Amino acid sequence: MNLDDLARSTGEWLRGVGAMSDVVVSSRIRLARNLADFPFLSTATGTERTEIYRSVTDAITSTGGHEGSLLVDVAGADDIDREILVERHLISRQHLSAEGSRGVAIAPDETSALMINEEDHLRIQALGSGLELESLWRVVTDLDDALGERLAFAFDRKLGFLTACPTNVGTGIRVSVMLHLPALKITKEIERVARAARDMRLAVRGMLGEGTDVTGDLYQISNQTTLGKSEPDIIEPFCKVIIPKIVEYERTAREALVKHNAMQLDDSIWRAYGTLANARRIGSEETQTLLSPIRMGIHLNRFDLLDIPALNELFLHTQPAHLQKLHGRLLDDNDRDEVRADRLRSRLAC
Amino acid sequence: MSMVCQRCQEAKATVHITDTLPEKREQHFCEDCAEKEGIISKQPHTTNEILQQFIKQKTGMEQGEGVACPKCGMTFREFQLKGQLGCPNDYAAFEELLMPLIERAHEGGTQHLGKVPLTADGVTKKIAGLVRLRRELQDAIDAENYEVAADVRDKIQNLEDS
Ligand SMILES: [Zn+2]
Ligand SMILES: [Zn+2]
Repeated sequence: MNLDDLARSTGEWLRGVGAMSDVVVSSRIRLARNLADFPFLSTATGTERTEIYRSVTDAITSTGGHEGSLLVDVAGADDIDREILVERHLISRQHLSAEGSRGVAIAPDETSALMINEEDHLRIQALGSGLELESLWRVVTDLDDALGERLAFAFDRKLGFLTACPTNVGTGIRVSVMLHLPALKITKEIERVARAARDMRLAVRGMLGEGTDVTGDLYQISNQTTLGKSEPDIIEPFCKVIIPKIVEYERTAREALVKHNAMQLDDSIWRAYGTLANARRIGSEETQTLLSPIRMGIHLNRFDLLDIPALNELFLHTQPAHLQKLHGRLLDDNDRDEVRADRLRSRLAC
Repeated sequence: MSMVCQRCQEAKATVHITDTLPEKREQHFCEDCAEKEGIISKQPHTTNEILQQFIKQKTGMEQGEGVACPKCGMTFREFQLKGQLGCPNDYAAFEELLMPLIERAHEGGTQHLGKVPLTADGVTKKIAGLVRLRRELQDAIDAENYEVAADVRDKIQNLEDS
């Protein structure tokens, strides 16, 4: 597997399957780990970074079950390839723009991605479609055990795993769930939900596009507390309480729209389709904004020209780096908007 | 084109939202108002906010700011500016200054209750096990679940004797 093959596929977390996938787009769990014998990256020298990179990649390649994985040298990759990794949520923007030796090891189906030298020496991440936190936990904890046999992680009896930032210390765990909440947005209940989540010490973020706009009604909810609770005690409220509650609100809001505003709802879905299927030039953010009512329309059985995997493919492949990669060359903004519109028309025309 | 925030009517609008439902409508907010509306969460990284808050409220801490880690040379002041520690030893070097911040950032949590590395020494594993069991014991007592409590108490006894 190489990055070109990767760019053509959509990845496990966009398959549109899994629990509550009408609202929960994807789940992710990551663990932050650092090598005990090296400084954190804020003070590490270039040579130390390279040594850390080598130690971690050696450990990864020597664990079993790593066949078929893709190790990307992020420092040496070209701009488009790095952006592809960000658009696929395999690395963070911070990792893209960091300095010195760094990389990511990606499992063949993109169910896991190990970021080396991001904020911490190692970040073990598992990704999946729908609300699948228990199985993701098994993936990350197994990877952690396998790598922990080969690497001495910085660990303290009282404070647990030591991280570059004290807000991650202890378990080093970040559980995050990406939700599609168009109906709560329309009924303006989104504020109330976001406030309630923040009162529970959870972080709520809109998924940002290229600018600062929230695009596509996608929100990410994640934990902030990492110390003083076990990993299962942090994960469980997500699967059992928090996410099911928000999903229930969103479903209720969708049902109310169908009941009381069906005409407006259908109008917005089909107008969105009309634009996407006919535009001659279209930007990435407008595309994502318009795909949102269509996504909801598919789940409410009011739109049947696409299924969720096909929609997710458009969602990913119309983003700037994927668009250029699939087109085979770099494009300026104007050309990009035309190529994007062409791609959409060829997929959506009846 | 510069637009004024529609909520406070003062700051420059930097967050622009286009709704398509129930009708096409554009909204323009400044970052503060967008956050109040629940549209964005400003800090991609909560660290700095917690840090800044902490620094503001904790005056008289200046005497500690010059403390430097003997291993990596980072001072507490540098940490405050960067939001990142210099090496694992900083947790020990800045313990007094860091613990209140850690406690605040983790809802009062100060003791790790999660995984222990497989390679950890026997004493570390034993301590971790005891901490967890004592927590379980307290939970069982709080829930007046005395059968479970008795069970956990036996486990603690066994582990202590091992
Ligand atoms: Zn404002
Ligand atoms: Zn240090």
